Amino acid sequence: MEASKKTGREPLLRTVKRAELSRKKTMILRAASVLLALLAGGIFLLIIGFNPFTVYQTIISGAFRSEMAVQATIRIMIPLLISSLGVTMAFKMRFWNIGAEGQIIMGAIFATYFALYQNAMPHVLLLIIMFIFSVIGGGLFGLIPAFFKAKFNTNETLFTLMLNYIALNVIVYLRDGPWKDPASSGFPKIARFDLNAQLDSVLGVQAGWIIALLLTAIVYIYLKYTKQGYEISVVGDSHATAKYAGIPVKRMMLRTMFLSGAICGIAGMVQATGSDMTLATSVAGGVGFTAIIVAWLARLNPAAIVIVSFLFSILEKGSSVMQSTYGLSSYSADVLQGIILFFVLGCEFFVRYKFVGRKGGAGK
Amino acid sequence: MAQEKKDTYAIECKGIRKTFGSVVANNNVDLDVKYGEILALLGENGSGKTTLMNMLSGIYHPDAGTIRIGGQEVSINSPTDAIGLGIGMIHQHFKLVDVHSAMDNIVLGTKEKRIRPKELKAKIEEISSKFGLEVDPEKKIYNMSVSEKQTVEILKVLYRGASILILDEPTAVLTPQETEKLFAILRRMKEQGCAIVIITHKLNEVLAISDRVEILRKGESIGTVDTKDIDEKKLTELMVGRPVTLEIDRPERKADAVPEIVIRNLNVERPDGTPGLTNVNFELMEGEILGVAGIAGSGQKELCEAITGLTEIKEGSIVHREEELVGMTFKDIRSRGIRISFVPEDRLGMGLVASMGMVDNVLLKHYQDQQGIFIDRKTPRKMAEKMVKELGILTPSVDTPVRMLSGGNVQKVLLGREIIAEPNVLLTAYPVRGLDINSSYTVYDLLNEQKKKGVAVLLVGEDLDVLLSISDRILVLCHGEVSGIVDARKTTKEEVGLLMTGVKGTKEEKEESTDGSK
Repeated sequence: MEASKKTGREPLLRTVKRAELSRKKTMILRAASVLLALLAGGIFLLIIGFNPFTVYQTIISGAFRSEMAVQATIRIMIPLLISSLGVTMAFKMRFWNIGAEGQIIMGAIFATYFALYQNAMPHVLLLIIMFIFSVIGGGLFGLIPAFFKAKFNTNETLFTLMLNYIALNVIVYLRDGPWKDPASSGFPKIARFDLNAQLDSVLGVQAGWIIALLLTAIVYIYLKYTKQGYEISVVGDSHATAKYAGIPVKRMMLRTMFLSGAICGIAGMVQATGSDMTLATSVAGGVGFTAIIVAWLARLNPAAIVIVSFLFSILEKGSSVMQSTYGLSSYSADVLQGIILFFVLGCEFFVRYKFVGRKGGAGK
Repeated sequence: MAQEKKDTYAIECKGIRKTFGSVVANNNVDLDVKYGEILALLGENGSGKTTLMNMLSGIYHPDAGTIRIGGQEVSINSPTDAIGLGIGMIHQHFKLVDVHSAMDNIVLGTKEKRIRPKELKAKIEEISSKFGLEVDPEKKIYNMSVSEKQTVEILKVLYRGASILILDEPTAVLTPQETEKLFAILRRMKEQGCAIVIITHKLNEVLAISDRVEILRKGESIGTVDTKDIDEKKLTELMVGRPVTLEIDRPERKADAVPEIVIRNLNVERPDGTPGLTNVNFELMEGEILGVAGIAGSGQKELCEAITGLTEIKEGSIVHREEELVGMTFKDIRSRGIRISFVPEDRLGMGLVASMGMVDNVLLKHYQDQQGIFIDRKTPRKMAEKMVKELGILTPSVDTPVRMLSGGNVQKVLLGREIIAEPNVLLTAYPVRGLDINSSYTVYDLLNEQKKKGVAVLLVGEDLDVLLSISDRILVLCHGEVSGIVDARKTTKEEVGLLMTGVKGTKEEKEESTDGSK
């Protein structure tokens, strides 16, 4: 048997599972990945002809240079934080809700109806009603894919994704048709909200930040200390185990997706009445997708979501300043974001595996 | 063929080491097999047998050590390399394409796909007759019994020219009769000069088939012994590392026991619409262990899930002390104080939440009884700590995810949780599967303890020797029907084996058999 001819040499590199890393080592690895990302981003900036140090400095100072800048950063953070909490609810259950964008829009649309046509009631009452209806709007829009998943086992990823485009075009329809601003002299837009329907400012920023922080605490407690939150984790781990324990999986799926959509809906209401003062097609503006990234980077931990969404907002605000100062296209900022994500997510692989060279493992 | 090969080593492994993360699966393992020899590889679970064999078949690569095949040092990087070296592995779970014929499966992946069917058939028949295999090359896999499928697997590796055969627990799915047949084939192959490594847990089989036994303990070679110089007791001692008793207790049951559960005319369908259980009738008495025997997939799973209310019942009744359970929801059953505990076959995928710690897993059974919307983890924590102490569960803490625990400890967590709920009825499916001897005996003791308390215990098992020595009665399932209920104190392994394959006839003489199927 000419066996040896048939076998090749040992491959140069093999991946080997690591021993469980300590928390500290994991954190060091993650910090290193951010540094590497900044380095790679710097090389990118160098290539297109900028000094990476001044650009990075501008990003940071752009987000914090004045009171107004800080307020603007926070304003970016509010919808991002709220919708990240929303998708976290669904993700804990391993229900891939990619439809935050649409749920944000639906929440905003439901709230806008009251802002435009029922705005004569007292200010606080009006805001409460708008809030409740944004919950209902976002929640129902989250319920649709959950219903079809429970009933016909449809793929929730595609379903929620497609609903985003439906929601977006509902706004376009309202803007060009029934809700068109009569005072806009033919230009298709929805009227600016009456002052009575605008969210108040607290400490110079719209009150949405209070709602966002309250929601963070509520979601944290809900997921960690309530029976329903516990059930969500069980379903997320294994449907078979959940059934075995007598958890009505389908009903849970509906309930959780309603809550997930409802929270995203709140983000829409807060953005429309607190920041935009009107309903624009850009009310979600990609926040629903960024929220997915934020939720995962924060490993579905509400406290960590606050930090990650804050960092994302700095990058966002700083990039816009960078754009106006250096004439650097905002797409370059997207490239930077992409590079950072690539490294941070890539580092998770090295938390669990390591490479071993040829005969490298021997003798250890 | 192999005359000159006799007495040369087919496999020589020296100083093999393999780690998975912090787990050392193999350390300094030596193993050698000659051509024309059957070596049994013996060891408790987690002792690294399968890892070692996977390295020989190219699935893993050793971290250190050398492997020589036929005297030459080799590096096996893929299953293709292994086949090239003449190593064929028969896995525990068959890797066959169901809708294809035996013939198609045998040539699948070889370069001779285009060979004319007639020639191919002739070639296969030639190999078959050489080794005494019986299989119809044109039969489709889905029409085959487990033992036929195994034969196809063996043919598959022989067709590829394998002269070294590795079998990973080949008898786990076979009836005693089928096992005998397999052994005849293996002996024939040995005469033809093949080297065979067989992994098995069953000591009597080791003694029956092997020439030498290699023993692994905790990933290390303990040594090799000639089979003719050893007996079951000594083998166990080598395996476990200290003397153990092999007798399983069987406490007497109460004379005036009443039925805890009466099942009448039970019919259940599988999700795909095929019958899972057909006309099942039996009684489960308080304070008894009713063993359930049968070839894998004969309706054991459906039976357990029907009683626990996890599956829809097409027809029939399940009565618990005069209360009809069919039609009740999970909550109804609980609220009536009927406590049915169930230890499912899939421990981490169904019985436990793998990513949660012991506390949260204990909670799974109790949180629905708690008041209010918040969860109280204090009581489950105390229960978990009590379980750790009483069952000797090895875990870094009661919050460590249970998937990080070893198989034996996972089972103790699951069984412990089900027992701490003080059940009236305890259903257990393959509770010792994958457990080493020590853990297995802990499980037997726990089951006996429940029996003594008056709990009705249903034990679905696969090792007939165990079922015969621990059960009071044995219910045998065959194709979803009860083919017999026999007194475990009087019956024999052969009789149960025959009932498993559906050969009936002797059951009339047996006691109280509740007029089984039909």
